[in-house]
Amino acid sequence: MNIEVKVLELLEQNPKFSAEEIAIMLNEKKEEIEKIIKKLEEEKVIVKYHTIVNWEKTEKEVVEAIIEVKVTPQRGVGYDAIAKRIYKFPEVKAVYLLSGNYDLHVIVEGKTMKDIAHFVGSKLAPLEYVLSTATHFIMKKYKDAGVILEDGEKDDREVITP
Amino acid sequence: MNLERFLSRAVQSVPPSGIRKFFDIVSEMKDALSLGVGEPDFVTPWSIRDMGIYSIEEGHTHYTSNYGLLELRKEISNYLRRRFDLNYPNYREQILVTVGASEAIDIALRSIINPGDEVLIPEPSFVSYKPCTIFAGGVPVEVPTKSENDFKLRAEDIIPKITPRTKALILSYPNNPTGAIMTKEDLKELVDVLKDKDIIVISDEIYAELTYEGEHVSIANFPEMKDKTILINGFSKAFAMTGWRLGFVAANEVFIKAMAKVHQYIIMSAPTFSQYAAIEALRSGAAEVEKMREEYNRRRRYTVSRFNKMGLECFEPKGAFYVFPSIKSTGLSSEQFAEKLLYQQKVAVVPGTAFGSCGEGFIRCSYAYSIETIKEALDRIERFVINLKAPSQSQEIQKNSVVVEK
Repeated sequence: MNIEVKVLELLEQNPKFSAEEIAIMLNEKKEEIEKIIKKLEEEKVIVKYHTIVNWEKTEKEVVEAIIEVKVTPQRGVGYDAIAKRIYKFPEVKAVYLLSGNYDLHVIVEGKTMKDIAHFVGSKLAPLEYVLSTATHFIMKKYKDAGVILEDGEKDDREVITP
Repeated sequence: MNLERFLSRAVQSVPPSGIRKFFDIVSEMKDALSLGVGEPDFVTPWSIRDMGIYSIEEGHTHYTSNYGLLELRKEISNYLRRRFDLNYPNYREQILVTVGASEAIDIALRSIINPGDEVLIPEPSFVSYKPCTIFAGGVPVEVPTKSENDFKLRAEDIIPKITPRTKALILSYPNNPTGAIMTKEDLKELVDVLKDKDIIVISDEIYAELTYEGEHVSIANFPEMKDKTILINGFSKAFAMTGWRLGFVAANEVFIKAMAKVHQYIIMSAPTFSQYAAIEALRSGAAEVEKMREEYNRRRRYTVSRFNKMGLECFEPKGAFYVFPSIKSTGLSSEQFAEKLLYQQKVAVVPGTAFGSCGEGFIRCSYAYSIETIKEALDRIERFVINLKAPSQSQEIQKNSVVVEK
């Protein structure tokens, strides 16, 4: 496997790994890894270092909803123009174009359900080219970004074994 | 009443495990970190677990054939050929499914040992070989391997130990506790010694999949040795299935028939749901194994590099998931080192002597832990080593400061 991919896999697993640690783990020179990381950051292959937070365990009140949006594609720009108008809102965490029953899959975050209802009703639904919306509030997250959020599967090994 | 006098001499002669003492201390200690575990930290891949559960739902809760499910033996035969170029096409009579590689070691020895037969056991090695030899009525003969040979077994190590009573040699590579492997060239040297001798090789290859440089080679890959080799492997390490207790033996029909005889009377058959899960492991587990191997490899490089940096010289182990650094520079014995480390920095490692007397001067550290745990444990070991050296170091600093003042 290509060394860049290996570096990315390690950073995806833990962005706190230093270049030196990565170099040791991959049997490369530290300077080489630093160069690779810098290049990947510049090329926006590494877009951002992100922390997965289980907000349910904190005091902060957060509500998220998935909104199915049906739209009319526009001549020349397809879905891109309407997607852009949607993802510019700071409340919107993610926008995906899908195949299937609806077109845009929009994830919205707010403090309360009312916030989100208000956002959909006043900002999203009235947009030109938006045909319909269906809002699904997220009740609980079990797994996010490949990580299981519940405290399951602890290390239950005996402490010393032959 | 002294009940101990009723115990068999064989059982009495086997000393208690060298690991037990540390186990008891660590279990009592809160916030201790252990690098003492001899099993994967990964949980069995989900598809394998799912198949185990499904087999129970389907009502597969009875004994299987003594030899194990035919379907599983067929998959094992395919796997050995595909993965290691080992041909056991007559899977009905050349493969036996056991309760872990541990049972396989036991029944292999019991099937070939007569009272007084000698078994060559290279050390340091896994703790079971000696006791199992004794329980089978044999005489264990220690064959020390050397750190300057990267703990590989050399022809010169075994030649002086061979006598007319030598019945078997136990080969265990990739090795627990040293992480040593044997390349084709290394094995060739042994084959030249063994090919004309009436010595059976019991080859415990439980860590075969965890080989980080080159491909694993078995002594059974040598045609002149294949019939005299009892090959042992299993699912515990490669597929992270220790708790399922499932291993297997591949050998000539004569040996398998003999081992099956012992196995059918003491075990009957290996756990049925484990066997179904193992079929799934062999059919679809390769990608997961590859992922785990890659992860172990990263941890391995990190751990070796850290030990060498802190002055505990560590040869590069190329298999299993252990490093075996020398602690001779500290002036402590393996036991002293492990005990002091545990009390001062709350890190558990296993003294090399638990794996044979030639393990003196070494400790075994497992890297079957998350990299974060390994990092923290190594930081603590580093602090421990610095504190040990502290008196002489502070003297040096004083000397230096004098120089600066001039």
